[in-house]
Amino acid sequence: MHIMEGFLPVEHAIGWSVASLPFVAWGISSIKKQIAHNPEQRMLLGVGTAFAFVLSALKLPSVTGSCSHPTGTGLGALLFGPAAMAPVGLVVLLFQALLLAHGGLTTLGANVFSMAIVGPFVAWGIYKIARMLGASLAVGVFFAACLGDLMTYVTTSVQLALAFPDPVGGFAASLAKFAGIFAITQIPLAISEGLLTVLIFNALARFNPKELREMGFARELEAQS
Amino acid sequence: MSKSKNLMMLLMVVVLAIIPFWMVQKPEAIDGAPEIKLFGGSDDKAKDMIGEIAPDYKPWFEPLLEPASEEIASLLFALQAAIGAGFIGYFIGVGVTRERMLKEKLGSPTRKL
Repeated sequence: MHIMEGFLPVEHAIGWSVASLPFVAWGISSIKKQIAHNPEQRMLLGVGTAFAFVLSALKLPSVTGSCSHPTGTGLGALLFGPAAMAPVGLVVLLFQALLLAHGGLTTLGANVFSMAIVGPFVAWGIYKIARMLGASLAVGVFFAACLGDLMTYVTTSVQLALAFPDPVGGFAASLAKFAGIFAITQIPLAISEGLLTVLIFNALARFNPKELREMGFARELEAQS
Repeated sequence: MSKSKNLMMLLMVVVLAIIPFWMVQKPEAIDGAPEIKLFGGSDDKAKDMIGEIAPDYKPWFEPLLEPASEEIASLLFALQAAIGAGFIGYFIGVGVTRERMLKEKLGSPTRKL
């Protein structure tokens, strides 16, 4: 989902940066509030960030014959709310843009929007809907992380299709082409991300139930035990 | 959730990562055509697609710093994963130890006095 440095026209680069900025500001203030209210959650925020670090570094092979990586933003979105992941994702993407030439500064806004805003908000929304429909904690977490991951890549495809509409078929044809590269490749990886997020959630529920309870998962943990 | 369920999920992740290797067949080499590289990054494929759709597009900004080689890039990716995994391992390790010590404390008869 990393749009490479310089590969978005100037207006698009600026547009996506402007769109991402308020979410990053909202996320920073949301994190500050949560940490001030409960300083012990700092470590858990570290875990959410660390998870995004690990997963976005894992380039996995897919059935399309190309490699891609999960995003790892679902976990943090469920723990700290979707806005909190905007600044967290920004840190991860900045690290990759500056040191790895993976993504870029001019495309940072667009990449933050797909990975650190759309992904987490979809994950959070899916989790709420799944729980409302009576799904178990594990099922809710799985679909949240899985679809958040997938929608990140769909967003990247939309961003590229907007910037580079097909000369014949326009936006739709271009979207089909980019989605063929990103979204299809991502399907097995999204399933992996869902499974890995459930795994780490289980570990946290088992060994750090106190922290999770304070994050508003009290009801869920009671139901599990 | 039980241990075996967790193990099953981990196994599924491994299987999902292995399946592509036997599902994807390398296309027959055509004389003169450049060899098709399998399992490259999807980001690179998207870049090539941009080149197809808009052949006149020129990237207007270059990365400030590029890893000196593939090896250096993989070093940095490994570092990124190691930092993350190290932190998660530490956090869960603390939780495991805390639970064990709590159990020992509750289990020892001297403490019940």
